[in-house]
Amino acid sequence: MSYACRLRHALRTPVGLTALTGVLALALVALLGPVVLGPAAERVDTGAMLQGPGAAHPLGTDNLGRDIAARVVVATRLTLGLTLAATTIGVLGGLLLGVAPAVLGRRAGRGVTAFVGVLISFPGLLFVLFLATVFGVGATGAVLAVGLAMVPPGARLVQNLTASVAGSEYVAAARILGVGRLRMVTRHLLPNIAEPCLLFAAQAAAGTLVAFSGLSFLGLGVQAPSYDWGRLLGDQLDRLYLNPVAALAPGAAVVLTGVVFALVGEVFAQAGRPVRPPAGGAVAAPGPAPRPARPDGALLQVHDLRVTFPDGRRPVRGVSLSIGEGEAIGLVGESGSGKSLTAQAVAGLVPSPGLVEAGTLRFEGRDLLAERPRGTALAMVFQDPMASLNPALSVGRQLSEVVEVHERAARSAAWARAVDRLRAVRIPDAARRARQRPHSYSGGMRQRAVIGMGLMGTPRLIIADEPTTALDVTVQRQVLDLLGEVRRESGAALLLISHDLAIVAGVCDRVLVMYAGRIVEDLPVANLAGRAAHPYTRALIGAVPTLTTDRDRELATIPGRPPEPADAHPGCPFAARCAHADDRCRTDAPELVPHGTAARVACWHPLTPAAPGPGNPIPEVRDASTAQEATA
Amino acid sequence: MRKTPVPHDPADTRPAAAPAGATAGTPRAAATTARSGAETNPVDATPARPRRTAPGPWTVFALRRTGRLVVSLAALVTASFAMIHLIPGDPVRTALGPTADPALVEARRQALGLDRPVPQQFAHYLAELFQGRLGESIGAGLPVSDVIAARLPATLSLALPAFLVVVLAAVPGGMWAAVLTRDGRRRRGELAFGSVTGALAAVPEFLLAVALVACFAVAFPLFPVASRGGPDSYVLPVVALSVVPAAALARIVRVETLRVLGEEYMRTAYAKRLPARLRYLRHALPNLLASSLTVGGLTLMALLTGTVLVENVFAWPGLGTTIVQAITEKDYPMVQAVVLVYGAAALLITFAVDVAVAVADPRSTVRGS
Amino acid sequence: MSSLELRQLRVRYGRFTAVDGVDLMVPDGGITGLVGGSGCGKSSLGRATVGLAPITGGQILVDGTPVAHRPRRGPVQLVFQSPYASLDPRMSIGAAVAEALPPSRWSPRPGATARARAAEAAHYLELVGLDPGRASLTPGELSGGQRQRVALARALAARPGVLVADEITSALDVSVQGAVLNLLRRLQRELRFSLLFISHDLAVVRYLADQVAVMDRGRLVEHGPADRVLHAPGHAVTASLLSCVPTLEENP
Repeated sequence: MSYACRLRHALRTPVGLTALTGVLALALVALLGPVVLGPAAERVDTGAMLQGPGAAHPLGTDNLGRDIAARVVVATRLTLGLTLAATTIGVLGGLLLGVAPAVLGRRAGRGVTAFVGVLISFPGLLFVLFLATVFGVGATGAVLAVGLAMVPPGARLVQNLTASVAGSEYVAAARILGVGRLRMVTRHLLPNIAEPCLLFAAQAAAGTLVAFSGLSFLGLGVQAPSYDWGRLLGDQLDRLYLNPVAALAPGAAVVLTGVVFALVGEVFAQAGRPVRPPAGGAVAAPGPAPRPARPDGALLQVHDLRVTFPDGRRPVRGVSLSIGEGEAIGLVGESGSGKSLTAQAVAGLVPSPGLVEAGTLRFEGRDLLAERPRGTALAMVFQDPMASLNPALSVGRQLSEVVEVHERAARSAAWARAVDRLRAVRIPDAARRARQRPHSYSGGMRQRAVIGMGLMGTPRLIIADEPTTALDVTVQRQVLDLLGEVRRESGAALLLISHDLAIVAGVCDRVLVMYAGRIVEDLPVANLAGRAAHPYTRALIGAVPTLTTDRDRELATIPGRPPEPADAHPGCPFAARCAHADDRCRTDAPELVPHGTAARVACWHPLTPAAPGPGNPIPEVRDASTAQEATA
Repeated sequence: MRKTPVPHDPADTRPAAAPAGATAGTPRAAATTARSGAETNPVDATPARPRRTAPGPWTVFALRRTGRLVVSLAALVTASFAMIHLIPGDPVRTALGPTADPALVEARRQALGLDRPVPQQFAHYLAELFQGRLGESIGAGLPVSDVIAARLPATLSLALPAFLVVVLAAVPGGMWAAVLTRDGRRRRGELAFGSVTGALAAVPEFLLAVALVACFAVAFPLFPVASRGGPDSYVLPVVALSVVPAAALARIVRVETLRVLGEEYMRTAYAKRLPARLRYLRHALPNLLASSLTVGGLTLMALLTGTVLVENVFAWPGLGTTIVQAITEKDYPMVQAVVLVYGAAALLITFAVDVAVAVADPRSTVRGS
Repeated sequence: MSSLELRQLRVRYGRFTAVDGVDLMVPDGGITGLVGGSGCGKSSLGRATVGLAPITGGQILVDGTPVAHRPRRGPVQLVFQSPYASLDPRMSIGAAVAEALPPSRWSPRPGATARARAAEAAHYLELVGLDPGRASLTPGELSGGQRQRVALARALAARPGVLVADEITSALDVSVQGAVLNLLRRLQRELRFSLLFISHDLAVVRYLADQVAVMDRGRLVEHGPADRVLHAPGHAVTASLLSCVPTLEENP
């Protein structure tokens, strides 16, 4: 959605409508006020000096008998005019000074940045007072003072924005294409910083109004016989005890106008934000058809698991799986297939507006929809080890607190165990390392520490969500080896989520392939190489070159793109991209049914016969030119 | 699975600087960014190898930050000196008025040293400054440093209690609001918090002060509304000074808390089944410190200058009333001195805050230097 | 159409030496793969060839002629890793590709130049398999694979003699990666540019490259024909990288 479109959308919200009404009302008052009430505001009436509020003068009169209400209305034009003038100075100055480092050379740019850095370290009001002294007391001086005082924060904001845009890869790409500096500013920098700058301008207007009113209130701004709201307020301050309304009315005008500016800023901010889905209930709701637990005593039983979001996304659409004691299961799929959310649903970690429903969701025989798993039985390893450890706490502390909380272990015993577990996951010099915070660990060490965290108690199931995606290839191997070793030694089951079939194949016994929120195939790892039954699994294997792929043939590709989590597809979700799809595939969704002895598949036309025999050759994935066996 | 001895592992033994941006974007894109972060981002790559002869990050930080303080102070002193020369026309003539006796004007010019060449004046100004002398006021001829010494405590006695009120109200309040409204819960509560603090933060301090005076002078004469006196005379100025920054700070603390609650390590803490109390106090609070400290410093700075307006409403004998009076009376040496004091205070506050942040969050030190 | 030669190239970020005296030859019209673990300096090397990394020593020669060390329009073009970051979100893909076209000669009718450029940009979009009718879309409306195609079209529109592809498939989904690799190979065969293909994925490099260079800690540790390097590695780092590639065959 374009910015203009989002802006129109934001204007239709209550906030937007209020802001629009406020701006129009202010403009009308500023335009018509002096015309209509000007004479009344200037009329000196010695017979009605210093009156309180009354029928003739709603807010009373001042020391020359002039109507205060009329003066407040008339002052709108001058106040707004001066505010806008000062804001313009501030925003333009900020833009010029902020963009300058990007336009000027490196050295001059650094000079400008340093200059702004010095300016920004002084409070704004000090600036205003300094400049007001230099420019002299009066409206012009005050406009210059308030406007120039707005320049440093504006310049800093624009500098930060341009620096982030200038550091982006698309600017780097434009630079190596030889795009000139000026064109870079107009075509790449300014369009990408326009939205926050608009927001800043609105906020600057509100700030300027307040600063300006403050100056006039102190007697340093607009001088008699001119008057703005601040001046009126200052004039009436002495009579606050006698006629408080007269003093508060211009104050109220300042506040109301400030609110209008703030609302305008809010509209810009809303338009700048990506549309956020409305929030819904975060509580897990019971599924429609609760099934009795299967009597095979599986560690984790999931039947008909669904995750939905209030905005209509349905990333997980009826997943069923079970994991036995000590079993290692791989869950494989592309981004958007719902594999991570499936794992998060099991662990009770689905982010808030998401709604988790399931026929059965049992871990160790307990219903996870009703209660969270006990203590340390379920351990999680997350994708990004950089983010999943708390940067403010020592690694040892983050491990030891697990047993302190769940086993009421003494602090020293818990610490000793933390060091022991860090040693177990091969952190060198564990006793010293335990006292360090995560930032002095490397990525691989962090991931090992997270695995060690899972080992603090007695894990029955370790859920590892893309544990090596953020790591280097060599480190990836170490972490995978460690996971396998940990599983063998602790006897815990493993649910390994990955986008990479090869990673899963090295660690797991069984692989579940997910596509568009459903499990499309469940097969033993040994079957991956050449005996996958679902066309999607086949294509996934064929699309990835291995060290033995035939270099003279094109890689197998999957045409089209995966369905979005919000799409509805009545039939098989893969039908649109499948070379074997027929009408039935497009209308009826295949169930995940047993296929052969050890596998299950959700496909009307599985590529391997249920019972492999001599008369059943394995069909090709696509046409002969692109299809191939990855591991032939 | 085949096990192969890995001869060496360069990537896995060096300390990795956390790519702060790794949480943004799609998980897949973020992961790949993190994977290659050490290569594509020179800032992250810098600390990747131990430097043998180079000074530690702390030394670099201390040198850099002190350097910045010195440069800023120098700029402040220069600006305050230059002010009197930036004023169009003859400052003494402007100050004493067009009717003043030319002999008196000349005498004052000589007393201020304005008849000497500018570099010489600057040297004299600096020399005087280092001895704590800030010159004499144009009108009364009193030593400016005496006036400052008399007025500064009054201002500090407003700003510091107000700062305490702000921090004690805003930090717990903002955190509490964030915890209650996290993940889009209690939309009404969020709306109420947002509109109340938003409205309060939009009211300028001096208007709030005027409203308080109007309210307590007219309707409920509970507290004195003018001049510095007993403890009860502090109530209204401190309230006027603290409400606006408290509302603004509470909003920021809430946003920061929400950000921290959305971090992956908070998900880890949740996955560890830690009780809520531990998650918020042990895991969230320390991570709020760095950003809250920074904002807290800005708040203190704003409070300091906020005194200018509030003091004028409450007729408080502090620096704020002094500078406004000096500006209207064109008592330039006095303005110079007060600007110096306010500016130096602001610089020292930001310096202290940066040092505190560096102690609380060592990563920022490494990243910044 | 050009060869790329690096002589004793050195790249430093502050005190950190990312590339430490690398000699590398990318022969005319060939594909050279550059592999290594993360932090080995391969991306810094790629960025240095277009002047985006601080070069502190050595030379970059295209067809024997040294090129500038500053980013400017040159005979070398780079395709970045993330198609999400390397395209201006506010610029239509047509404009992005048109911006890369060589500056056009002066024309008496201003509209004609613009139309000619748009037509040429459309041609490049078509070349990478995108519908030219979608030239007015912004990158946000495209999928990751489509964006990477735009980035490729943009680089090719600058008519480079040498193309440097820096991890161009690592931000893409598995099913899309294959299509981008096929496309890159097809384009290289059609247009005959020299290609420096940087990746951490040995299998991908093996599939594309004739020559493979291996980097470790800023240095080039091995360089040779792809088959030789990947099947009979001559350096421990190469062997270690190879052993760490997870494959489907070696199941327990």
